[in-house]
Amino acid sequence: MNAAETTGKRPFRLTLPEEEILSPGHLACQGCGAAMAMRYALKALGRNTILSIPACCWAVIDGPFPYSAAGVPVFHCAFETAASTAAGITHALSRLGREDVTTVAWAGDGGTFDIGLQALSGAAERNDNIIYVVYDNEAYMNTGIQRSSATPHGAWTTTTPTLQFKKGPKKNIMEIMVAHSIPYAATANIAYPEDLVKKLRKAQSIRGMRFLHVYAPCPTGWKHAPGLTVKIARMATECNVFPIYEVEEGVYTLNRRNPTPVPVAEYLKMQGRFHHLREEDVQFIQSRVDRDWQRLIKLEQAFGKAAGT
Amino acid sequence: MKKVLTGNFAAAYAAVAARVQVISAYPITPQTTIVEILSELVARGELAADFIKVESEHSALAACIGAQAAGARTFTATSAQGLALMHELIHWTGRARLPIVLANVNRAMAPGWSIWADATDAVSERDTGWMQIYCEDNQEVFDSILMAYRIGEREGVLLPTLVNLDAFFLSHTSQVVDLYDAERIDAFLPPYRPAVKLDVADPRSFGALTSPDYYYEFSFKIQKAHEAAAQAITETGKEFGTLFGRSYGLTEAYRCEDAEVVLVTYGTIAGTAKVAADRLRNRGVRAGVLKIRYFRPFPAEDVVRILGRVKAAGVVDRAVSYGQAGPFYTETRSVLPGAGPALTGFIAGLGGRDVSVADLESMFLQLREGKPSPLVWIGVKP
Repeated sequence: MNAAETTGKRPFRLTLPEEEILSPGHLACQGCGAAMAMRYALKALGRNTILSIPACCWAVIDGPFPYSAAGVPVFHCAFETAASTAAGITHALSRLGREDVTTVAWAGDGGTFDIGLQALSGAAERNDNIIYVVYDNEAYMNTGIQRSSATPHGAWTTTTPTLQFKKGPKKNIMEIMVAHSIPYAATANIAYPEDLVKKLRKAQSIRGMRFLHVYAPCPTGWKHAPGLTVKIARMATECNVFPIYEVEEGVYTLNRRNPTPVPVAEYLKMQGRFHHLREEDVQFIQSRVDRDWQRLIKLEQAFGKAAGT
Repeated sequence: MKKVLTGNFAAAYAAVAARVQVISAYPITPQTTIVEILSELVARGELAADFIKVESEHSALAACIGAQAAGARTFTATSAQGLALMHELIHWTGRARLPIVLANVNRAMAPGWSIWADATDAVSERDTGWMQIYCEDNQEVFDSILMAYRIGEREGVLLPTLVNLDAFFLSHTSQVVDLYDAERIDAFLPPYRPAVKLDVADPRSFGALTSPDYYYEFSFKIQKAHEAAAQAITETGKEFGTLFGRSYGLTEAYRCEDAEVVLVTYGTIAGTAKVAADRLRNRGVRAGVLKIRYFRPFPAEDVVRILGRVKAAGVVDRAVSYGQAGPFYTETRSVLPGAGPALTGFIAGLGGRDVSVADLESMFLQLREGKPSPLVWIGVKP
């Protein structure tokens, strides 16, 4: 018996790949969830990766000409073309016999939920051989915190001031992507890097359109201390605001269940963007989170592995 | 091998002859048959290419940009509204220095909906860094696309090319086109081997945030590339003539040597203008035609040399820059010295209105009256 078995605790073991491909000289803000997402993604995908990056925070984070922090080829593309540019790259690589290279479209929520949705839908319907990663910081952060269709109900942004905060739900991008019958769609969260790496590696082993919705807090836009990024991200999953799950060929798997979910109020109160909310607003948000979680459970019951047998 | 082909077929067969590796295009009247033919040829295995069937012209050019940056020779085709939807990426291609070739079927912009010939769509893309060719016949469409790859891919040029053919007058009109043979074309146009591309063995970032310390020089280099292209166009056009029997330049001067009046024009109107010049010469009027093939780079030297020795010249535009005059007129005017010929600008044939031999004869004769005007609308109904 080793110590871990006697104490019931697992010994510490680093399961993330050790190699750092992203260099530390990037231009992200302190505590940037998007930078963490890229760091883990590159660890998962390796150096045989080409990135198509549209206008988004990452267009800046990678560094100005002639610098680049990514450590893999980066093609900066127009705002709404992450998916269509990546489609061109992957078809060219296939034509040139480079099936060993992974093409990744790497876009923010604005470039995915909003302006890039048409191109994304086209690439998904064609089942182009790309991994599309949206790092979701729930607003147009690169232009300075304007609402996107990924901004959740109740949030302050510069275009949804507290007197007229964002009303209405966040667009359900996962359901939109699943509706395209793509081979793989998953949510992931920078607070769960092993899960994120595992999903990207699984995605890498599949051909066709693979979609990852990655939760990536933005201290600058969410108004929280940079040191709280991971804590807030974890809480988002623990309170069911951002469940982590995957849909493989239409089969739903919830990767994490919270027997006693943290109240959403705990999550909201850590972020300045929600400070204006009244008690009834918080209750409304809680009710919607509960409803969406129940819906997801039903989807797994109906279309999960157990349902399929 | 000679075939009777529409302009759209000529464009599609040129893409095949150029052995393009990735095609991405979206159907739009009157370009549609280009998309259909290429789909068929790819499906039959007669062209070893990936055809990305995108959901818009915007994605079509974005996909070509990605593919070309990854090292593939690409082709796309569009028209009017489609070209306008591509506009952002037209700029992107020019600044990224990707030698993509785009066949644009010149069509009028809406509203009202029009599917007929008008060059305003292409002229609106003037300042994007693309080279622009306007074709007179289907053979020129085929030849221009082949040459566009050769010239565009040349070191020191690295520019995309818009090859324009008039809606219906070329796109849907059948003419004899010599397709040559594949071996000679392959010798003329070797495989695309860019010096720099998206390569995991040599990771670089393309198009990153560029400060005023660098942006200015990138722009300067695009201008230098156009100047290098002018030379490359002349050289390649001559070489093409040696290999295939048809020589090309930035312009084509028709019976200009002794001309007293010259009409400058482009596209299919140039062919009609040649017939008008012939007829007038039979009646003792020394008429000539200067066909502008390349709008960018603009053939300033040719224009000055040829118009410098005539008394009066006119420019016939199937396009208009509202609030100013015909775009080819203003370009021509801008390169002529103050003491140059009296220059008249004619607007004709917008939205596919027929421009007849008689119309062009009347324009020639108007030049002889010695009353130049920057803006003359031909055949406006009351």
